[in-house]
Amino acid sequence: MAADGSALGGALLDLREVVAGYEEVEVLRGVSLAVRAGEIVCIIGANGAGKSTLLRTVFGMLQPRAGAIRFAGEDIASRSSMEVLRRGIGYVPQGRCNFAAMSVEENLEMGAYLRRDPRVRSDIEALLARFPMLATKRRELAGTLSGGQQQILEMAIALLLHPRLLMVDEPSLGLDPRMVEIVFDTLLAINREGTTVLMVEQNAKKALSVSHRGFVLELGRNRFEGTGRELLDNPEVRQHYLGG
Amino acid sequence: MALLEVRGLVKRFLGVTAVDQVDLAVEPGELVSLIGPNGSGKTTLFNCVTGYLAADGGRAFFRGNDLTTLPPHRVARLGVARTFQQVSVFPRLSALENLLVFLQQHQEEHLLARLIRTPRLQRLEAEAVERARRLLELVGLTDKADAAAGSLSYGQRKLLAFAAALMPDPDLLLLDEPAAAVNPTMINQMKSHILALHRQGKTVLLVEHNMEVVMDISQRVVVLDHGQKIAEGPPDAIRRDSRVIEAYFGR
Repeated sequence: MAADGSALGGALLDLREVVAGYEEVEVLRGVSLAVRAGEIVCIIGANGAGKSTLLRTVFGMLQPRAGAIRFAGEDIASRSSMEVLRRGIGYVPQGRCNFAAMSVEENLEMGAYLRRDPRVRSDIEALLARFPMLATKRRELAGTLSGGQQQILEMAIALLLHPRLLMVDEPSLGLDPRMVEIVFDTLLAINREGTTVLMVEQNAKKALSVSHRGFVLELGRNRFEGTGRELLDNPEVRQHYLGG
Repeated sequence: MALLEVRGLVKRFLGVTAVDQVDLAVEPGELVSLIGPNGSGKTTLFNCVTGYLAADGGRAFFRGNDLTTLPPHRVARLGVARTFQQVSVFPRLSALENLLVFLQQHQEEHLLARLIRTPRLQRLEAEAVERARRLLELVGLTDKADAAAGSLSYGQRKLLAFAAALMPDPDLLLLDEPAAAVNPTMINQMKSHILALHRQGKTVLLVEHNMEVVMDISQRVVVLDHGQKIAEGPPDAIRRDSRVIEAYFGR
C-alpha cells in the first residue's frame, strides 16, 4: 500500500506534506495523514519518529513550516491551540498533566472554562456518573489519583468540550495491565458515541487491534499505512515496529 | 547473605502505608521483577532502597551496608544504579555529555587530579567517551550523540536515561519501568541487553508493567499489592497465581 494518507476525500482531519519542528531540528518532514469522521486512527513508530510532534502541530502548539492541515474542511494550520480547541479538537498530552493540587471536580470545572452555557454542571455530573472511578474521588486531589485514574480524568476533561476529534498521546503510559484495558475500553466507548479518535501509542499491538486504521511514521515521514489488521499482519511492520 | 536484602520495610505517607513490612532478597546475579498495580508501592520501595526517601521502618542492606541510612549518591557509589519513571536530563547538554555527567557524579576523583589532568584521568575520560558512544548505539541514539538532550522526544529521553544508568557499570541495577514509552522493537533490544548484563553476572531488579518483558526475562517475580508482598515465584507460577490474577492481571 502506498504510504500516502492524502488520498481520502472528505476527511475530518487532513494533513498534507506537513513540515514542522523545533528551532533547528526538523521533526516532521512532509507527513500526510487523513482521519475520517467516526474512525479510531493510531500512529506508531520508533522513538523520535515525530508522533507526538504531529499531535502538537495539529493542536496549534507548533506552526507548520510547510504543508496544509485541514479540519472539517477548514485550514487550521495557522490557528492557536485555543482556536483549534474551539473548532472541536480535544488533546490529551503525554504524561498527563491535570492540576494536581485541585480536586477531581475542580479539574473538570477548569476543563469547561471555555464554555459559558448553563449545561456545564449537568455535563460534569454526567461524566462523573459515566466514570464511577472519578465519582468516588470527586473531592480528592487529582495528584493523589493513580496514573490510570488521572488518564481517565484527562479524557473526561477533554470530553467536556464535546470534541469531534479527540487526540490522545500514549494513553497507556505507565499503566498496569488492568488499567490499560480500562483506558482502551474507554476510548472505544468514546468512539462508539461518535467522537473520532487519533492516538499515538507505543503499546502498538494493542493500539492497532482497536484501531480502524494506522499510520507508521519513520524519521518524520510516512512509512506504512493500512487498516489495523493489515499493519498487524504486515511482516515488515511486525519486525521493525511491533517487536516481531 | 543476599546482595540486596530488604527486611520489614515500611513507608507511610499521610496515614497511607505505601510499603507495608516488605521483605525482599535478591541474590548476586539474579534477575528479579517487581510487579503490582499502580500505587502498590513499587517505586516507593525503590526510593527507600536508593536513599531518595527515608523509610519509616525496616532496613535494606547491600553487601552488608545499610542503605536506609545513606543519601542517594552514597548508595550509587556502592555500585547501585537506578532509573526513574519521570526522566530528567540536562536539556542543554548533548546526549553524549549527559552520559558523561552522569558518570562523573558517581566517581570520586581527587580534585587535584582533575585540576592537573593526570594521564590516568585523561585515559579514564577517553574510556568514558568510548563507553558512552557504545551505550548510545545500544539504545539507537548514535545519530543524536551531539544533539541537545532537550530536543529528544520523551521516549528517546527514557532510552538516554537507561544508557546513563549503565554508565557507571553498576553491580545492582534497579530499573523503574524502562520499557514504558519505548517502541516494541527497541524494547526487544533492551530485553536482550538486560539479559546480557545478567549473563555478565550483574544483578537486576526490574519494575515493569510490560508482561512480555517481565515473563520473558525474569528468573523470579515478586508481586506487591497495597504495599504488601502477595506473591513471589518463577514467572510461570506467578502467571497462574489466583491472587495475582485478581489483583493485577484482571480478566
